[in-house]
Amino acid sequence: MHELALAEAVLSAAREVAEREGLERVTKVAVRLGALQRISVPTFEFCVNEVRPGAGSKLAEADVQVEIEPVELACRPCGRHFGIEQANALEGDRAEAVHFIPELVHAFIACPDCASVDFEVVKGRGVLIASIEGEGGHGA
Amino acid sequence: MVHDLDPRPSVIRDRLSGVARVVCVSAGKGGVGKSSVASTLALLGAEQGMAVGLLDLDLTGPTDHVILGARLGFPSEEYGIDPERHAGISFLSVAHFLGMDAAALRGGDVTNTLLELLAIARWGALDALVIDMPPGLGDTALDVHRYLPKAAHLVVSTPSRLACESVRRCLSLLSKQGAPVLGVVENMKAKADDSTEVAELAAAFGLRHLGSLPRDPDLESALGTPERVRATAFASALRPIATEIFGS
Repeated sequence: MHELALAEAVLSAAREVAEREGLERVTKVAVRLGALQRISVPTFEFCVNEVRPGAGSKLAEADVQVEIEPVELACRPCGRHFGIEQANALEGDRAEAVHFIPELVHAFIACPDCASVDFEVVKGRGVLIASIEGEGGHGA
Repeated sequence: MVHDLDPRPSVIRDRLSGVARVVCVSAGKGGVGKSSVASTLALLGAEQGMAVGLLDLDLTGPTDHVILGARLGFPSEEYGIDPERHAGISFLSVAHFLGMDAAALRGGDVTNTLLELLAIARWGALDALVIDMPPGLGDTALDVHRYLPKAAHLVVSTPSRLACESVRRCLSLLSKQGAPVLGVVENMKAKADDSTEVAELAAAFGLRHLGSLPRDPDLESALGTPERVRATAFASALRPIATEIFGS
């Protein structure tokens, strides 16, 4: 599953922050999963634990909290804000393509009002670190 | 506190840790044959026994799969995605995910697509990763410089003054950024063409004119069949350049 690669990225970025901020250990990493990418919380938590570094590392005991962020899309020409459920349903291979690369949503859905494919993914795109907390440094 | 941190850039170096060199086939101009050069360069590298990857970063107009005759369909995934093995090379294109659909992408979407591909693709051990760059000096050119600063550029031009005008700007940008440039390849050179504009352009930037590739009428019919592409006069002219690039 390619979610393992994204889980690795989260832990790698958290480790970089910990080193930059001089943290002795990371206590919490809050992760937002954009609903557009359709990664489930249990799957991502499983992946984090698969790639989490072992005892002695700054991330060994970090509480990785994962939540889903709803999708908000904004049509540039007409200004309509809409969610993925209001556009054409993403199913099958199209859903799989967006699961790998969320930007490909531009190939598959359009604004429900004006049918433009020129829309912005305002939120709910993919994997993002919302915050990192730790101990022993000057605050991360 | 860190807020809204994109984690993907932090793993790019690790994803490419097994790649000995990255070669971007660039021009800043469409229609000069970047995709033909990039794809054939990868095929010739494999022919020479090198482990070569090919990444098509023309995100809105990918064509390398046509040149290679590669299937469209999702790559396999395990600890990330595995580029498709085809004709002796590891190959990845947005076309694998997009099929024949069209995705119009603005700047931020281009950056996100590039970052996603770089973050999840597992290239493994490669002697070289060839990147087919899109036309223009937009987001992809800036992002490649930002996220792959050690990538070297092989710049393609045709003898056309129009191509040279755009390629000059591309070379100027690469020079300002301090990006490594391997040299300039002259493509679509007619037999009777004795123009020296591309050679002069390369010299103006202190670069080598690595060679001329013919305007080859057989290339079009060879597209989609790698062994036929390798047998064209176009590939024959590119072969010594590939040897020099992959051997350097």
